[in-house]
Amino acid sequence: MDARSRLAPLSRTGSPAVLSGDRVFQVLTALFAGLVVLILAAMAFQMLLASLPSLRQFGWGFLSSSEWDPVLDAYGALPYLFGTLASSFLALLVALPVALGTAIYLAEFAPLWVRRPLGILVELLAAIPSVIYGLWGIFVLSPWLRDSVQPLLQRAFGWTPFFQGIPRGFGMMAGCLVLAVMILPTIASVSRDVLLAVPDTIREGALALGATRWEMVRKAVLPCAGSGILGAVILGLGRALGETMAVTMVIGNRPEISWSLFSPGHSLASVVASNYAEASGDLYLAALTELGLILFGVTLLLNIVARLLIWRVGRGPAGARH
Amino acid sequence: MKTFANSLLAVLACAATTVGSAQTISLQGAGATFPYPLYSKWMAEYQKLHPSVQINYQSIGSGGGIKQILERTVDFGATDAEMTAQERAKAASTLHHIPMTLGAVVVTYQVPGVSTGLKLSQDVLASIFMGRITAWNDPRLASLNPGVKLPGTPITVAYRSDGSGTTAVFTEYLARISPEWKSSVGAGKSVKFPVGLGGKGNEGVTGVVKSTPGAIGYVELAYARQNKLAIASLRNQAGKFVEPSLEGVTAAATGRKLPEDLCLSLVDGPGARTYPIASFSYILVYQEQQDATKGKALADFLWWAVHDGQKYGAALDYAPLPKDQVPAIEARLKQLAAGGKALISRK
Repeated sequence: MDARSRLAPLSRTGSPAVLSGDRVFQVLTALFAGLVVLILAAMAFQMLLASLPSLRQFGWGFLSSSEWDPVLDAYGALPYLFGTLASSFLALLVALPVALGTAIYLAEFAPLWVRRPLGILVELLAAIPSVIYGLWGIFVLSPWLRDSVQPLLQRAFGWTPFFQGIPRGFGMMAGCLVLAVMILPTIASVSRDVLLAVPDTIREGALALGATRWEMVRKAVLPCAGSGILGAVILGLGRALGETMAVTMVIGNRPEISWSLFSPGHSLASVVASNYAEASGDLYLAALTELGLILFGVTLLLNIVARLLIWRVGRGPAGARH
Repeated sequence: MKTFANSLLAVLACAATTVGSAQTISLQGAGATFPYPLYSKWMAEYQKLHPSVQINYQSIGSGGGIKQILERTVDFGATDAEMTAQERAKAASTLHHIPMTLGAVVVTYQVPGVSTGLKLSQDVLASIFMGRITAWNDPRLASLNPGVKLPGTPITVAYRSDGSGTTAVFTEYLARISPEWKSSVGAGKSVKFPVGLGGKGNEGVTGVVKSTPGAIGYVELAYARQNKLAIASLRNQAGKFVEPSLEGVTAAATGRKLPEDLCLSLVDGPGARTYPIASFSYILVYQEQQDATKGKALADFLWWAVHDGQKYGAALDYAPLPKDQVPAIEARLKQLAAGGKALISRK
């Protein structure tokens, strides 16, 4: 039973003055809610309009072409789409275990005097501006990758397609590591809140049945928190997909599709941000706008998938926080 | 209450109106980021001389400057690269390029053991950026740099990933000196570089070069000098190796005949002292000004900038316009008019 139906019998039906005040309030909030939808629709429409020349010229081929040459006015989005998706999902792969571990420790195991300061530190990490992460990427992470990590990886796994080419530091690996560090606090702190919201009765029940702490977390708490954690993951992924500055500073900014983590890549957000100001050809501008449209579509799609997943998980064990 | 309303009205009137005798004339400009430090210096100095003229310049990029002047949302635009034919066709009335100052693009590098004095010839520079020369101990590099111990470090090319006038000038130069570059890559504010890593802005390219041994990239002269980057000497058309200097940049435009639109490509220029990757930076103004008062103020400011303003350039690492080109610019400024009446009335 949701809040509104529970509250309905309780709300006052007395004097007309109160009622009309309620009415005004209701209309006002509906107006604001409508405005959000309107802004979203207007944005999508404007972008669609602005990218019409490119849509007409390239059609669906825009999505599958790897050519991006402003001199010849030939454009294709594939390397950018690939770069955005690959760097974001790889970042998620790296960040998720650490973030979940942090969240579980903070919520279930950490003594109170550790929980508070560590929690604040994690949240602080989320508040660092992305350009700072970028600078750290340029001056610390990528030289370290180039000199220590990548040669080692190449020696051990050079026979796989993932670690080939000259180790340059800048590239897909640096990009996804910076992203991983950036989305880690988002996922960790939201997941911790979700875990803390799981009612203690569930923990007590599990323990009373003879479960160990670990079994309690795995079999009772995590399933309850599933949909919330999924939400945290989507939040993190959303940040990674749209991240511009930090990525562009370390990823190498080369529209290339390669299996190797050493090779440079590019991303939708950064190519739009860094080229729009100087772009002047009509088709070029339209192509850049269409990249924005694609990013818009990707995030929208992601959110829909997330909704569906949360909905499915949410119908699992009761007690989970929605 | 009434007096408050009156005073508020007066303040608003002062802020909003630009026409009138003792009131502020406010001029809006937008465009290239490269000349921004010089233009803001000019505007500050000019306001000291003419307190009633307030000039505001937004460095939103050349592309944005061109767009805004075409839509007439600003009084003047600014661009590093001359407008393309497609852009010129969009102008509703005659739009002039006025050369204001000179810039140069330099090649910066980080080669272990070679802190200064790297020499590059035209074909070697083009081959490096084409990806044909891939290591610093390549014999072609060695023969240009006798006595320098070049390591076997692989070359990492660094380029601007954002659209920029710097890239336009640099690729124009590469297209001029290398037929292969011209046919396979071309010139423009953003091009498809055959090899390398992209960095956003001068600082992005510098970041890649500084943190990658074996890297080579290109940045603006002013940026390179202010950040004390290692700069390569380039072989010019006359066969001499020149380090970039303000004199070398001005020399690129000295003694050349300006074409009718005043847009002259300065890359690979003649002369023994000429630095080969130089360019004008332009301000864009309509010949026919819609507002006589504002038009007059703008014309006077431009006149001041190409004369007295030039002396502020050197301290900010902008090369002054060569003296022999000023008359052609003067003649162009004298064409600026409002309502059929010339805005500058000098001999």
